[in-house]
Amino acid sequence: MLKELFPNVVMKDLLVATGETFYMTLLAMVGTVIFGVLLGLLLYLTSNGSLWENKGLNIIVAAIVNIFRAIPFIILILLLIPFTTFLMGTFRGSNAALPALIIGAAPFYARLVEIGLREVDKGVIEAAQSMGAKTKTIIFKVLLPESMPALVSGATVTAIALIGSTAVAGVIGAGGLGDFAYFHGFVRRDFDVVFVCTVLIVIIVFIFQFIGDFITNKLDKR
Amino acid sequence: MISIEGLSKIFHLNQKKITAVDNLNLTIQDGEIFGVIGYSGAGKSTLIRLLNRLEEPTSGKITIGEKEITTLDKNKLRMARQNIGMIFQHFNLLWSRTVSENIAFPLEIAGVPAKERVQRVNELIELVGLSGRENAYPSQLSGGQKQRVGIARALANNPKVLLCDEATSALDPETTNSILDLLVDINERLGLTIILITHEMHVIRKICNRVAVMENGKVVEQGDVLDVFLKPKQPVTKKFVEQVMENQDGDLDQLLEEYTSGELVRLHFVGETANQALISKISREFTVEVNILSGKITQTKLGAYGTLVVQIIGEKNEVNQTIQFIKEETSVEVEVLVNA
Repeated sequence: MLKELFPNVVMKDLLVATGETFYMTLLAMVGTVIFGVLLGLLLYLTSNGSLWENKGLNIIVAAIVNIFRAIPFIILILLLIPFTTFLMGTFRGSNAALPALIIGAAPFYARLVEIGLREVDKGVIEAAQSMGAKTKTIIFKVLLPESMPALVSGATVTAIALIGSTAVAGVIGAGGLGDFAYFHGFVRRDFDVVFVCTVLIVIIVFIFQFIGDFITNKLDKR
Repeated sequence: MISIEGLSKIFHLNQKKITAVDNLNLTIQDGEIFGVIGYSGAGKSTLIRLLNRLEEPTSGKITIGEKEITTLDKNKLRMARQNIGMIFQHFNLLWSRTVSENIAFPLEIAGVPAKERVQRVNELIELVGLSGRENAYPSQLSGGQKQRVGIARALANNPKVLLCDEATSALDPETTNSILDLLVDINERLGLTIILITHEMHVIRKICNRVAVMENGKVVEQGDVLDVFLKPKQPVTKKFVEQVMENQDGDLDQLLEEYTSGELVRLHFVGETANQALISKISREFTVEVNILSGKITQTKLGAYGTLVVQIIGEKNEVNQTIQFIKEETSVEVEVLVNA
């Protein structure tokens, strides 16, 4: 039955492509969360009236974040080819897509982190200060835990955007479902392949959203 | 002892200078409950935040115990803050932590080992009457319970001083009373100095030993609570006293119109005299009728205080003798309102 409906879909190749999509999304997500949280904290802490208030640094970080957010992903990949080649030794394959994916997503996530941190009650930070807390303690025991639901739901949004980006990364032969749909489907006029890949991507997006919502709800004790 | 000398705080807002605290001097004794009252904008909130330097003073000197707070460097200030508890109007608890974990937070900051932390947290939960709610999250607690967590948290590192920033302003009257009782209890049990700021005179009346009235960044009047209640000098203080005593002069004219027989007399009760059974005594010893028209007696921490307006009806001579008696034999102050 499946064979009749999708004559051109090779199960083994499809599984490999799905695996590559997961691989790229998850690994890029790790890097995105690390850099995004760092940048987001920096944006928040150096902002007006915050703990490390520093106008100059704030403007510089904000500028970097905005520039990389402004560049369309397809162009970013191409611009980063020399950097990727230097870093990974090649500009083709799943691993080669990671730097571009992270550099594209981290600034986006950084803004979401910043918004999440702004939502933390100023009074609670003040209470921690009144107890004699160090800035380090305030970051790790107040700011991050208190903004955790926002950080996780922001990460969910970012991860879903990343799934889309991994498909675009197909242009540098990154592998994954996007690559598969384009080269094995669209180019060969095998539209059943395109269809199956699309359905799979939608399912992956649903899974990420479901897991993200579940964790966010678990964390939120408000 | 806490001493504040020449303390000023000037905010710059859009190139405008706003003097929130203006060359303020104050001395607070160890173990007392000291109230600061004022309307919003009087600078009282800034004052309490200056005491642990959540707000940096523009000039002046603050000494708490042996430590001169105003000259401490960042690290020493952090250490000093661990000995100054603070509670807030909106409680400022971490919603991501349970009651126990919230109370443990200042202990974590002070580097208390985990084992001792658990023990101390249990003591504190007991002290503030939250047994059984250890694992609840703040969102599951009522306002009063949240403030109890706030108090337990503030007391965790055995501070000498507790700063209360409008600690009861977000609570209903009944809960306010229970929180105030708790504050008196810990003040007596732990010998803690409590400084509280409020805009509610009944908070001052109920638990404070001394009070300072603030207006425009300055202390305009201060003294023992009873004295300030009895002889408020400044208009702002009079207004606050009326808050608790209600303004009786409004309906006085009406009383004078309606009750034309006998003498209308206002009796001022101060301190212990309020406990004497004055009314029953005069009606027994003199052949007069005493009719209570209006009044209010209220309890302060140092005794009762209040006024009664009464109508004394009887033979003119007898009435005069009665008034004479009250004036000379008791410490109740008498004010004859009108000769009928």
